[in-house]
Amino acid sequence: MTFQSGIPDGPLKEKWDVFKAKMKLVSPANKKKKRIIVVGTGLAGASAAATLGELGYHVDAFTILDSPRRSHSIAAQGGINSTKNYPYDGDSVWRLFYDTIKGGDYRSREANTYRLAQLSANIIDQAVAQGVPFAREYGGELANRSFGGAQVSRTFYAKGQTGQQLLLGAYSALMRQVDAKKSGGDGIPGVTMYTRREMLDLVLVDGVAKGIIVRNLITGEIERYAGDAVLLCTGGYGRAYFLSTNAFNSNGTAAWRAHKRGAYFANPCYVQIHPTCIPASGDYQSKLTLMSESLRNDGRVWVPKSSEDAKAIQTGKKTAVDIKEADRDYYLERRYPSFGNLVPRDVASRNAKNMCDKNLGVNPTGRAVYLDFEREIKAQGYETIKDKYGNLFDMYKKIAGDDPYKTPMKIYPAVHYTMGGLWVDYSLMSNIPGLFVLGEANFSDHGANRLGASALMQGLADGYFVIPHTLGNYLATEKPEKVDTQHPAFQSAEDDTKEYFQSIMDVASKNKSNKEGRTVIDIYRELGHVMYNDVGVSRTKEGLEHALEKIPKIRESFWSDLKLPGETNTFSKYIEVAGRTADFLELAELMARDALEREESAGGHFREEYQTDEGEAKRVDEDFSYVAAWEWKGANEPHVLNKENLVFENVQLTQRSYK
Amino acid sequence: MANKNFKLEVWRQDGPNAQGNFESFDIEINEHASFLEMLDHLNEQIMNEGGRPIEFDSDCREGICGSCGCVVNGAAHGPERETAVCQLHMRTFQNGETITIEPFRAKAFPIVRDLVVDREAFDRIQEKGGYVSVNTGPKPDANSIKIGKERSDEAFDAATCIGCGACVAACPNASASLFVGARLKHFGLMPQGAPERGRRTLRMVHQMDDEGFGPCSNIGECEAACPKGISISAIAHMKRDFLFANLGFHK
Ligand SMILES: Cc1cc2nc3c(=O)[nH]c(=O)nc-3n(C[C@H](O)[C@H](O)[C@H](O)COP(=O)(O)OP(=O)(O)OC[C@H]3O[C@@H](n4cnc5c(N)ncnc54)[C@H](O)[C@@H]3O)c2cc1C
Ligand code: SF4
Ligand code: FES
Repeated sequence: MTFQSGIPDGPLKEKWDVFKAKMKLVSPANKKKKRIIVVGTGLAGASAAATLGELGYHVDAFTILDSPRRSHSIAAQGGINSTKNYPYDGDSVWRLFYDTIKGGDYRSREANTYRLAQLSANIIDQAVAQGVPFAREYGGELANRSFGGAQVSRTFYAKGQTGQQLLLGAYSALMRQVDAKKSGGDGIPGVTMYTRREMLDLVLVDGVAKGIIVRNLITGEIERYAGDAVLLCTGGYGRAYFLSTNAFNSNGTAAWRAHKRGAYFANPCYVQIHPTCIPASGDYQSKLTLMSESLRNDGRVWVPKSSEDAKAIQTGKKTAVDIKEADRDYYLERRYPSFGNLVPRDVASRNAKNMCDKNLGVNPTGRAVYLDFEREIKAQGYETIKDKYGNLFDMYKKIAGDDPYKTPMKIYPAVHYTMGGLWVDYSLMSNIPGLFVLGEANFSDHGANRLGASALMQGLADGYFVIPHTLGNYLATEKPEKVDTQHPAFQSAEDDTKEYFQSIMDVASKNKSNKEGRTVIDIYRELGHVMYNDVGVSRTKEGLEHALEKIPKIRESFWSDLKLPGETNTFSKYIEVAGRTADFLELAELMARDALEREESAGGHFREEYQTDEGEAKRVDEDFSYVAAWEWKGANEPHVLNKENLVFENVQLTQRSYK
Repeated sequence: MANKNFKLEVWRQDGPNAQGNFESFDIEINEHASFLEMLDHLNEQIMNEGGRPIEFDSDCREGICGSCGCVVNGAAHGPERETAVCQLHMRTFQNGETITIEPFRAKAFPIVRDLVVDREAFDRIQEKGGYVSVNTGPKPDANSIKIGKERSDEAFDAATCIGCGACVAACPNASASLFVGARLKHFGLMPQGAPERGRRTLRMVHQMDDEGFGPCSNIGECEAACPKGISISAIAHMKRDFLFANLGFHK
């Protein structure tokens, strides 16, 4: 298999232009003959499908949900970065590029990251042209704010619902293409939407991606779809931790099944743990809710200085207001005088955990810190704070039952985003020809840590502005052979899918009246515990070895104790969840293995053995300046590690310091 | 943290054409659990006993995706204002209370199973012009058209509709006017949406009728049920634009 990043020649600033100048085009007549499969309709998938439809391709788009508009991207709150530089505060393409590379702890490719920064301005123009109602100033121009550690105000937003508004923009463009196809009749390009479908396998013909196998989640039927290329836009795998900020149906299945067909999985251990989430309160909990990090612009993080005060708070004898100013430790402001509360996510998360490890936590479980708005409410006024964060404050109140205008919020880190994902080259193509991977599902632009407001940017850059060119180039140069779903490869992939599915159902039917049987949620939750403890905010060799011992045992339990409802020919959520859990039980092991092998700390991957005297992440550039691209060798074989060395020609590698 | 006990009456229906009926359950749960976590917990109980779990839709579980939705004690999304059922917490209910749980009911939303309904009619309405006709590609600078903050905020408020369908379920006529009005108001207020305003209004309103949603007779139940607080003024906007479009304005 090929394993080349395919970065164009020339200076960094010209690489994307060089690519576009050299790329081959597909003629309009030929586009009409091409069918493209897009799996997932979040920001990446919806923007790609819409644009490819506009360009004249036939697109088949798939989502697990009942409408593309519900995809997980809808939940993004804080904003989207762009180098527009409207505030004139010194931003530039170079600066966003540099911040992204540095923020990712020098574990991403220069060329991809630079292209992302270059395309970021186009995204805002595009979204505004679609009618996306971004926040504006009274003068009628677009508003910006600084976000998550940036020293410039480059983040565009729509209250705390930026993801919703951007997704509705991409969704409306997508529905326009559905309309074009439906009203145009047979042979007219555009998009056909397949909702409530879950991709369960990738079909390869002579090593080239030619289609997918999906399960119809209403009828339970297994269906085949053929195309000239397959685009996976299926989001991240943060739900491997069970509790996370990700949506209930977010999963790693499409990526993992493609991996088992040969696609390399890159940097699986790079997981972002977001510092500002509502803390878990009990065993019944199904997910964790993010409080946008924009809150850290005006909110101050603190814990009591003494563990006696903390204890009193934990047991309900004191509350935040009982702790005098002098007895509070605004630890981020203290430790990082220049960045203060705006240090990157990994730094903020680790500090919160450390404080709670020292018994300074402020809720009954001892796993929470305060985020306090008192000073800024006084300084800026209630109305200003309400205008900025009103809906977030309301949301907090609904969930936690406290009013953040009056008492500080309680927050704690939670799994949020996965920087790792399927390996792709500069064209966003995996090592399997014809299989492209976009958005959070790929590994490409954020290195070991993603900056706030950069995921929306990446998903839309991939879908609107990268894939239309790189896919065309593939289709024009490869001249792929046409196949349909009658090809034997489809039969065999369908047989494999059915057999695997049946093997899960067989376990379930064996345990039908077994009192000792376990529900899928019970097993899944156990996996989550192990992942949080051993492959979480900070990791150690012992912890990771423990995880590697434990995960196969949980997997065994899945394959012997699983209890599930039995009807497969109808809507059944727990059957869906069982398939996804089976995949997480394999992926989780690879995450732990990757984390064990990476004997350094980088971004979201913090190994306690590798830290500076000041307790900051310490990279080992000589040995680990590479992308770990894992290759599947079969169910009972260990994964093989392939390395893509990262070359830095334009930036100097420095130790991150946010002091 | 106190546990509470509830008696649940839940609508069970095997499929679109099956006969449905209420089934009773007893449950004990922490009052800080969300309503859907309460259902998760109940399902664990049911599955442990070898039974068939209750099917319901959810995804974000934070009130933004519009996947969830059921009628709780007669109210779409339950008793709390501007709260989707996934954001509802058990502390809202009294210990010992009986809670009835039913799917959103409307001719245009066929029941899939238990509490799961088919809301694809909303997507088919959106297809009929719920967009600005621009292709991806070079566009004028985003600040080249100024839009006043008030106007932009008003468009945003309409655009926050999550497409959940509670307005339809709450309406005695099962009208989708609040949903359609919200879409039309958002695009209508933004200058980018202006060129297609009339055509969009006619197509979307006609599709709404074709899908079997009922007429609006200004009852206002939709606004009360809407988890996003979409104002009924969106419907006035729709009606006015529809009239104008039929008269040939907004071309
Ligand atoms: C609470 C929250 C807040 C966030 N806030 C921000 C923010 O302010 N700024 C920012 O930049 N980023 C933010 N992020 C991150 C960002 O939202 C995501 O990384 C991004 O939206 C992912 O988009 P995507 O298109 O790659 O995937 P998703 O939006 O996750 O979409 C995945 C799609 O794939 C489908 N799918 C998955 N598997 C299958 C399958 N097997 N078969 C068929 N379909 C499948 C799903 O149904 C869905 O349609 C936030 C994330 C969270 C959780
Ligand atoms: S208008 Fe309100 S109730 Fe109706 S679909 Fe939109 S958000 Fe739901
Ligand atoms: S589950 Fe998303 S709105 Fe309720």
